[in-house]
Amino acid sequence: MSKRLTDIICPFCGTLCDDIEVEVSDDGKQILEVYNSCAIGSEKFLHAQSPDRITRPRMKQEDGSWKETTYEEAAKYTAKILCDAKKPLMYGWSSTSCEAQSTGHMIAEQVGGVLDNTATVCHGSTLIAMQDVGIPSCTLGEVKNRADRIIFWGCNPAHAHPRHMSRYSIYSRGYFTGKGSKSRKIIVVDPRPTDSASLADEYIQVEQGRDYELLSALRAALRGAQLPDKVSGVTKEKIYEIVDILKGGRFVVIFFGMGVTHSLGKNHNIDMAIALTADLNNYTKASIIAMRGHYNVTGSGQVLGWQFGFPFCVDLSRGFARYNPGETSSNDLLMRGEVDGCLVVGSDPGSHFPIASVKKIHDIPTVCIDPHTTPTTAVSTCHVPVAIVGIEVGGSCYRMDNVPIESRKVVDPPAGMLTDAEFLGLVLKEVNHIKGVAE
Amino acid sequence: MTSILIKNGFVIDPVQGIRGDKMDIAINDGKIVKNLSNPDKTIDASGMVVMAGGVDIHSHVAGAKVNVGRTFRPEDKLQSTYAPYHGIRHMAGGTSVPTVFKTAYMYADMGYTTVIEAAMPPLYARHTHEEMRDTPIIDEAALPMFGNNWFVLDYLKRGEMDNAAAYIAWLLRSTKGYGIKCVNPGGTEAWAWGLNCLSIDDPVPYFDITPRQIVSGLMEVNEYLHLPHSLHLHSNNLGNPGNYTTTLDTLKLSEGIKPNNNFGREQVLHHTHIQFHSYGGTTWADFESKGKEVMDYINSHPAVTCDIGFVTLDETTTMTGDGPFEYHLNKLNHLKWANTDVELECGSGIVPYVYSKDVYVCGVQWSIGLEMALLAKDHMRCYLTTDHPNAGPFWRYPRIMKWLMSEKARNDVLATMKNEDKVRDRSTLGSIDRELTLYEIAQMTRAGPAKALGLGSSVGGLVPGMQADIAVYPYNPETESDPEKIEWAFSHAKYLIKSGEVILNDGEVVSNGNKKTYWVDVKTTPNRQVERDIDQTFVKYYTVNKNNYEVNEHEFMKNPCVVQIDAIQ
Ligand SMILES: [Zn+2]
Repeated sequence: MSKRLTDIICPFCGTLCDDIEVEVSDDGKQILEVYNSCAIGSEKFLHAQSPDRITRPRMKQEDGSWKETTYEEAAKYTAKILCDAKKPLMYGWSSTSCEAQSTGHMIAEQVGGVLDNTATVCHGSTLIAMQDVGIPSCTLGEVKNRADRIIFWGCNPAHAHPRHMSRYSIYSRGYFTGKGSKSRKIIVVDPRPTDSASLADEYIQVEQGRDYELLSALRAALRGAQLPDKVSGVTKEKIYEIVDILKGGRFVVIFFGMGVTHSLGKNHNIDMAIALTADLNNYTKASIIAMRGHYNVTGSGQVLGWQFGFPFCVDLSRGFARYNPGETSSNDLLMRGEVDGCLVVGSDPGSHFPIASVKKIHDIPTVCIDPHTTPTTAVSTCHVPVAIVGIEVGGSCYRMDNVPIESRKVVDPPAGMLTDAEFLGLVLKEVNHIKGVAE
Repeated sequence: MTSILIKNGFVIDPVQGIRGDKMDIAINDGKIVKNLSNPDKTIDASGMVVMAGGVDIHSHVAGAKVNVGRTFRPEDKLQSTYAPYHGIRHMAGGTSVPTVFKTAYMYADMGYTTVIEAAMPPLYARHTHEEMRDTPIIDEAALPMFGNNWFVLDYLKRGEMDNAAAYIAWLLRSTKGYGIKCVNPGGTEAWAWGLNCLSIDDPVPYFDITPRQIVSGLMEVNEYLHLPHSLHLHSNNLGNPGNYTTTLDTLKLSEGIKPNNNFGREQVLHHTHIQFHSYGGTTWADFESKGKEVMDYINSHPAVTCDIGFVTLDETTTMTGDGPFEYHLNKLNHLKWANTDVELECGSGIVPYVYSKDVYVCGVQWSIGLEMALLAKDHMRCYLTTDHPNAGPFWRYPRIMKWLMSEKARNDVLATMKNEDKVRDRSTLGSIDRELTLYEIAQMTRAGPAKALGLGSSVGGLVPGMQADIAVYPYNPETESDPEKIEWAFSHAKYLIKSGEVILNDGEVVSNGNKKTYWVDVKTTPNRQVERDIDQTFVKYYTVNKNNYEVNEHEFMKNPCVVQIDAIQ
């Protein structure tokens, strides 16, 4: 007899679906089937079971081959490279729990580490924009219950956040939106006609890298100003029409993604999108929400915020917290050659960082804590496989709208495997020992 | 646990009516005891003031909007020294919105041991608890917000008190909350459509209920549930000229309601940051104080308590569950604006703000707070807060004490204001020569708030048997005459003991303590209808499953301390 576990949280994207059901074997060891999740989420659960999973830490030998070691030895090695380094980079944190993040932060405080998360290559520009102009926002349930005008700007939920549209945005039916997608007008702004664009009532094909101009034009049109015939490849008639659609709504929400955060203009695009949202509040109600990627990148920003006051790029190397993206951001530090030891947790800079940064990671002692082998483990000197958060151990996570959800354990990890929080706890002990700090 | 004798201090304890007598205070096993032979540690408090640990009834120190305040204001970290990591002290930074570590250390430096987080959005409760768990030293509790909650609006509209009570008990249990907070009743729900409720008879859009019904209903439910604290209210129309009539209308709703609890609480309504609600005039041009009118009412109505929300004349970060207020504040100052509307429950907004002593409105706001506290007849019902960080950061409390205790210190501030005459003209502050005593300060900062919170039997006093939370301040009331010394001494407690453990020794943090977190678990008569309503509403309207809503006490709370109540009818 198998059993069905309900209310499981999917540890994949910032949508953080919490209605997943998982069929496990009678002994609770085997995941048999996953229900309600998107294809990527299912794959994440089922992949946990792969027979070729590495279950013990391993050190890279001189000749490049791996040699198995114990968690205790790996913790000693990790503590040593962090304590020896002048400016250790402790990067990632976006695919793990807030508990693991917190333990990592206590290590960083002692070793003078730089704590940075994947926002540094993702929504960091959004965080900077919030620091410039604020952010009028709401929870996803407000969108579900009230929103009748939804803009997707530079994001493609059909691929990146597959259940976003049915759970929260386009199709969801809420208190004041009982007709689901019929209650709403959907606008997609993207240079490419994406699958999400094909679901829109209005698809606006903005010229590549011209988001700032189009956002400015919308603000100007909202104020009744004259526009040139075309802005960013969009006719002024269309711009006025869009403004009328937005003004005519009861509740407008703008979702935006990497298409605007990392195209020309970066944080200034987001400044303008937020300012447009604030302006819309003079006519109707409007909110804006970032489509955060990793399932707990938001949580990393939160924990860093309450412990140190900054959401990413937090440099503790001088004994107190400093924040200056461009200077204290991972890629800038790596490329300037300032980093002399590295710990990667719950992310894969080997895939997402520029090659010049990855080469630096390769050249310095690097410990990668990750359940799986990744391009980052390949350039690390030590790989510490751990239990998968949200599948083999629970923990606190924050959804893209900052709603905290406690993820659940579904099955045991392979025998003898530690969680990342447990392993970081061992490292903290070793660091205390090296630094002579009483616990 | 160690036993400690605090010898020979000037003891001030309004709970026992002790007014500065030279006495010893003995501590054993975490509690205050009558006497002690062979203490493990003796503290010589000669020439110093000894009081119970301070109790803050209303402060925004943990949770979603506090953290937005931190992360969206990197500049806030540059306005005071970022204290480095040192021994057991975590690195600690931030000015108007300090990190959790700095929050704890600065409260400890002021001799405070209990702090109430005043606004917890239920859906974000887990976040509030994670921050409180990471805040060392101080005991805490959080008040979930109910005044715009769809269940509450529906039940109260239909007069279904049993259902409202069953739901509120369920929500307190789910969020590990301590009491009923109500912010801008109905107005924040209206704000979800860009609207507001400015008087107590403005109907809430779609819900067809008025703030009057919400406030009355919540007071009734509060007593039905026998909660330790009363309804904790931030009424409608905050911060607007002429709002004092709304405030008086609201306060009057408490008439006829009787306290019903076993915690020694005598009020049925706590009105928070009353300063922001005591404004006259019709615009900012003819803006003036109506502090006297509001305080007159409170003075003559013993079932009402208030905290002031003193303006400290600093740059700060405003943050409230009053979404529409923050939007309008941003329209005035054009700094950055953050807002979060929370599905089915509430909302919040955050705007940086500079209270400049040279802006006459700020000067008048500063005057109103002090005027009200000086006109109060019973400081067991009128408490010292800044609605941190809204009217100013909490670490300014010692400066407020100085202003309250010294007419000269107040006149010194007035004299530096660009619009001194205009400021003096708009309130009665200049004509008040009252100087509060340390005894009255102790009422405002420990005995009074502890009692109003229903914690009066364990904290806020120095009675044998109470939790040993004790602060020793380097201030000699017999010899000291310089008001500046008040501010200095109450910012630099020499010793702080929390639950019998030494936290500050000779002004140095020697322990991160063993903080605890209070919450209230009320048993109510099983109610099938409410259970069904909750189930259906989660399925239809929430974006989180009901089974993922409850805050797990063991994961998210440090030393949870549950107050059990039986309200089964
Ligand atoms: Zn407040």
